[in-house]
Amino acid sequence: MNFNKIYALGLRHLYLIMNSFPRLLDLIYWPTVQIFLWGFISKFFTLSSDYYSNTVGIILTAAILYDFLFRASISFNMMFLEEIWSRNFTNLFIAPIKIREIIAALTLTAILRTLIGLVPAVLIAIPLFGVSVLKLGIPLIFLLISLYLFGITLGLLVTSGLLRYGPSFENIAWASLFFLAPLGCIYYPIEILPPFLQIIAKILPLVHIFEEMRNILMTGAVDYSNMAKSIGISLIYFILGILIFYVSYFGAKKRGTLINMGE
Amino acid sequence: MFIQIRDLTKYYDKYLAVNKINFQIERNKTIGLLGPNGCGKTTTIGMMLGLVTPSFGEILIDNKNINSFKRDEILKKFNFASPYVELPKKLTVKQNLEIYGRLYGLEDLNKKIEEISVDLDIKNFFNRKTGELSSGQKNRVSLAKSLINKPEILLLDEPTASLDPDIGDFIRSYIQDYKIKNKVTILLASHNMSEVERLCDSVIMMRQGNIIDKGTCSELIQKHGRGNLEETFLKLARSKNEF
Repeated sequence: MNFNKIYALGLRHLYLIMNSFPRLLDLIYWPTVQIFLWGFISKFFTLSSDYYSNTVGIILTAAILYDFLFRASISFNMMFLEEIWSRNFTNLFIAPIKIREIIAALTLTAILRTLIGLVPAVLIAIPLFGVSVLKLGIPLIFLLISLYLFGITLGLLVTSGLLRYGPSFENIAWASLFFLAPLGCIYYPIEILPPFLQIIAKILPLVHIFEEMRNILMTGAVDYSNMAKSIGISLIYFILGILIFYVSYFGAKKRGTLINMGE
Repeated sequence: MFIQIRDLTKYYDKYLAVNKINFQIERNKTIGLLGPNGCGKTTTIGMMLGLVTPSFGEILIDNKNINSFKRDEILKKFNFASPYVELPKKLTVKQNLEIYGRLYGLEDLNKKIEEISVDLDIKNFFNRKTGELSSGQKNRVSLAKSLINKPEILLLDEPTASLDPDIGDFIRSYIQDYKIKNKVTILLASHNMSEVERLCDSVIMMRQGNIIDKGTCSELIQKHGRGNLEETFLKLARSKNEF
């Protein structure tokens, strides 16, 4: 790994954000709107539901964590799409940069984009709704690691699709997370799902992440085995995502789609 | 021989894009790759740049198969410019050159950017976003990016397409001058025959994935009994089963 090259690719995306106010605004706008929306819903539920009584902020915390996953994935996809939209794809792929360095650069830069968008929203939630994700304490770090790994994995799968099918796969990029959201049990316990869907949901890390988040906020107890399980599952998907990306890259070279990407 | 292309073939499913082509390029020579649209030029360039996997055949650089090099090791030797490939539009010219200088692992980056920007006369729009430039300015920036690593092998795809005669002449003069001062082997794909006559030591004519003729410009003109390269190109491109 050459960190100067990884830095160069990261810098390319940092310059893009710095040079374009609409892009910066877009990064901050959506998470903030999400926080407002779920903040009011959360406030209503805590006043009107027995399940959520005495647990102010569960829904809003879930919304923030889900948005973290969403932003991480979308950031990864967006950076890849930016190369296609700007017709820079060929220049990038003929530069002496290894594929694993491209993946590393996108993975590391995605966290920056995610934080630019989410930190202001998280800070707004504290005075406005009296909810802070920091209340989760040290376990928050493990939950975020797991969410981030899974978010990047989804990004890798979508970019693999872009390599395989070209820019027409772009719409899938936006739909990918909404497809998994119902199975992730973000706002409700897993028991709500029919038994056969519970089996599928358990092989996703999201269920373990959000179940543990609720467990911490409702009981104050921390089940580290649950978090280890979610990180382990996320890591397996992440490695699979990298393998699929490589398969798509070599497939694209075989089909010749890399030379026409973006045209 | 510096570059050797041996039986290079590319099938896209059942479609034969490039059919067992063979050619060689001596070090520091400029070769023109000519042919009508869809004749296999872009696929050939794509295979040389590692963007397309050949179905058969091999590409040798200094008698070593291109596949035996590490990806970053071989790509350091190459660079490419085409008006159909752009640099990020929202980045300034300077930012783009900085990014690509870093990706090519250059030392003394600022000095190199300064030199090339003076040579190509791009300093006066250095801090403007690349997307805001005119076609001529964009082409010069693209050429600057393609020369930033002082490539041993430079692939140019229609470097003066859609430029006015003045800027087109500037680019051609610059390439001509650059060849004299630097050791570079160039493969130039172009539809501008006067440009090819001016810049190329020899040319390769392609049609329907095959090489149908090759030689110096004057040899081909003489061989086909035409007055210039453009007429020779038309004769070769329009001939059906002659080759």
